[in-house]
Amino acid sequence: MAAIEMKHIDKVYDDGFHAVKDVNIDVQDGEFIILVGPSGCGKSTLLRMIVGLEDISSGDMVIGGKRVNDLAPRDRNLSMVFQNYALYPHLSVYENIAFPLRLQKMDGAQVDQKVREASALLELDEHLERRPANLSGGQRQRVAMGRAIVRDADVFLFDEPLSNLDAKLRGQMRAEISRLQKRLGITTVYVTHDQVEAMTLGDRVAVLKRGVLQQLATPRELYENPGNLFVAGFIGSPPMNFVPATVTGDGVELPFGTVTLPDEKAKAVEGKDLLIAGIRPEHFEDASLLDENQRASGSSFRQKVDVVEWLGNETYAYIPFEAPPEVQQQLEQLEKDLDGESMRTQVVIALDGASRIKEGDEAEIHIDATKMHLFDPATGENLTVDLDNAGIVPANEASREEVPA
Amino acid sequence: MKGKMGIQHWLGFAVILVWCLLPVVWIISLSFKSEAETTSGSPQFLPKEPTLDNYREILKDSDFTHALINSFGISLIATFLSVVLATLAAYAIARLDFRGKKLVLSLALAIAMFPVVSLVGPLFDMWRTVHLFNTWPGLIIPYMSFTLPLAIWTLAAFFREIPWEMEQAAQVDGATSWQAFRKVIVPLAAPGVFTAAILTFFFAWNEFVLAISLTSTTDARTVPAQMSFFVGPDPFNPPYSQLATASVIVTIPVIVIVLLFQRRIVAGLTSGAVKG
Ligand SMILES: Nc1ncnc2c1ncn2[C@@H]1O[C@H](COP(=O)(O)OP(=O)(O)OP(=O)(O)O)[C@@H](O)[C@H]1O
Ligand SMILES: [Mg+2]
Repeated sequence: MAAIEMKHIDKVYDDGFHAVKDVNIDVQDGEFIILVGPSGCGKSTLLRMIVGLEDISSGDMVIGGKRVNDLAPRDRNLSMVFQNYALYPHLSVYENIAFPLRLQKMDGAQVDQKVREASALLELDEHLERRPANLSGGQRQRVAMGRAIVRDADVFLFDEPLSNLDAKLRGQMRAEISRLQKRLGITTVYVTHDQVEAMTLGDRVAVLKRGVLQQLATPRELYENPGNLFVAGFIGSPPMNFVPATVTGDGVELPFGTVTLPDEKAKAVEGKDLLIAGIRPEHFEDASLLDENQRASGSSFRQKVDVVEWLGNETYAYIPFEAPPEVQQQLEQLEKDLDGESMRTQVVIALDGASRIKEGDEAEIHIDATKMHLFDPATGENLTVDLDNAGIVPANEASREEVPA
Repeated sequence: MKGKMGIQHWLGFAVILVWCLLPVVWIISLSFKSEAETTSGSPQFLPKEPTLDNYREILKDSDFTHALINSFGISLIATFLSVVLATLAAYAIARLDFRGKKLVLSLALAIAMFPVVSLVGPLFDMWRTVHLFNTWPGLIIPYMSFTLPLAIWTLAAFFREIPWEMEQAAQVDGATSWQAFRKVIVPLAAPGVFTAAILTFFFAWNEFVLAISLTSTTDARTVPAQMSFFVGPDPFNPPYSQLATASVIVTIPVIVIVLLFQRRIVAGLTSGAVKG
């Protein structure tokens, strides 16, 4: 078991591509850290630098107090589950799991005991003599895990282990990985681009964008206090709504009407002009379902609802809006960064399932202003972030350091 | 193709079968005929009185058995060395990025395209000076240089097919580069190794031009060369039945090897390595 310290890690590939830029992450002993971000943001690269399959261009990789930059993978004592499992097809399941032990020249009886322990844990007992080719996806995944846990490795590394499984199996395996990690208590770094995995598995989540660490925080902190527009848009499903907002005294003017801001948020955006407001779908509500107290914490407006999707427990309603070109441009860029679905200029609002709003209705919608975030359209920085509850936001740390205390 | 084969398929099948196998059957049939029968004016397809005399006689002929031993020895050694070298070279070509990689590959191809005959003269002179003429190494060395290119190309193609991650997984599991190569890559490339081995073996086994030019006695002469010395007493009436018997005998090992390794050559051994 060991802690991992990544200090100013950079990776420049041979072709000159700068894949990882000045990443600092401290993984505590026994912690479960998730690396998440859109495709091509450098997650796998970072993981492969930890395990030693990729050279580190600059910076220090310290594992268990020892700088490992120049150690070969086999001298780092880490185990890894590859994105495509990389099982040895010419060996039986038993021999696949035993492979790392055989390399250590462990004696037969001990190998047998360890392999059986791992296979019992992963419920692979009845498949031990079979070949990987004849196993199902979930079984192969478990064999790969077995090979990783059989050895007393200091750290587990996972590279999108569930990405090729179907939804149901993915859910099962997710729970299994979580259980296993808790039980063994081994430091784990897990790469994914699946939000659900990121939010449910990790103690902390590191969000990467084009090789730059955006924020390192607990799932809750990421959700409630995203450090910038990118993190805000990346975490959450359906995603956060972004609408243009013009600062007016103690509030902001949204396309639907003016919303009064709580004091600390109003102070944070004082003197600004055009901003982007980020509001999660669930922070809208059908005003007719709220009592007086709840109404007090925000503002209501009347708006025509374009489309309504009733899901039983909740209802999604869509309201189109117009955005000025500066905001439009930033939103288009964001959409590209997230390599996500095209974000039309409409807001998605999640209403209670009891809501009776129908398509084409003019409805009274309430916005909870205390949960709203305001972003700088030029930099994407979250101006209303509560830094004490946002984990580590490198961009803000840098600007904080620049300001002489 | 699903469903029953139609009559036309069977017909086509039969035509091809006859086309390919008729000469083979003819040779086998010849090998069971007595000399008198083959020299008679109107031979028939099947032997009138099948006899094993040809086989008995040829196996008593010490020149032939020597040649058989030479053939086995030279072909096996050439195959072994060629495959080992080709495996290492192909692995380097498939995995490493080094300067002059293209050059090595095209050079190898150029050598493979070189006509064997054009080398006979120079080799003859050279081997005589360095005392390799009429020795096993004198044949093994040229056989290797003619089969290595093909073996390297075949194996490099196989190595490229093996996912990089196989090897990386082995390294993470604690293997040295050599262990990863030996315990993971080579077993996975086994079909390629066998293919290369068979191609090399066939070349060395069947080669005639070098075998006849670079040998002078049965110290190193292989079977194909030895067969050209089966003249018999009458130059106008070669001992056809003896020649046919020798042909059958040299073909047997080839068939045995193919049958033995046939299952190994089936590709797709890497299936199951990855999620796909
Ligand atoms: N060997 C390489 N040489 C040059 N560039 C590379 C190499 N490997 C990866 N890259 C680049 O580095 C960037 C990060 O790649 P990486 O594989 O880490 O992405 P990722 O975050 O794991 O993406 P995904 O979610 O698609 O797996 C990509 O833009 C990729 O093009
Ligand atoms: Mg990846």
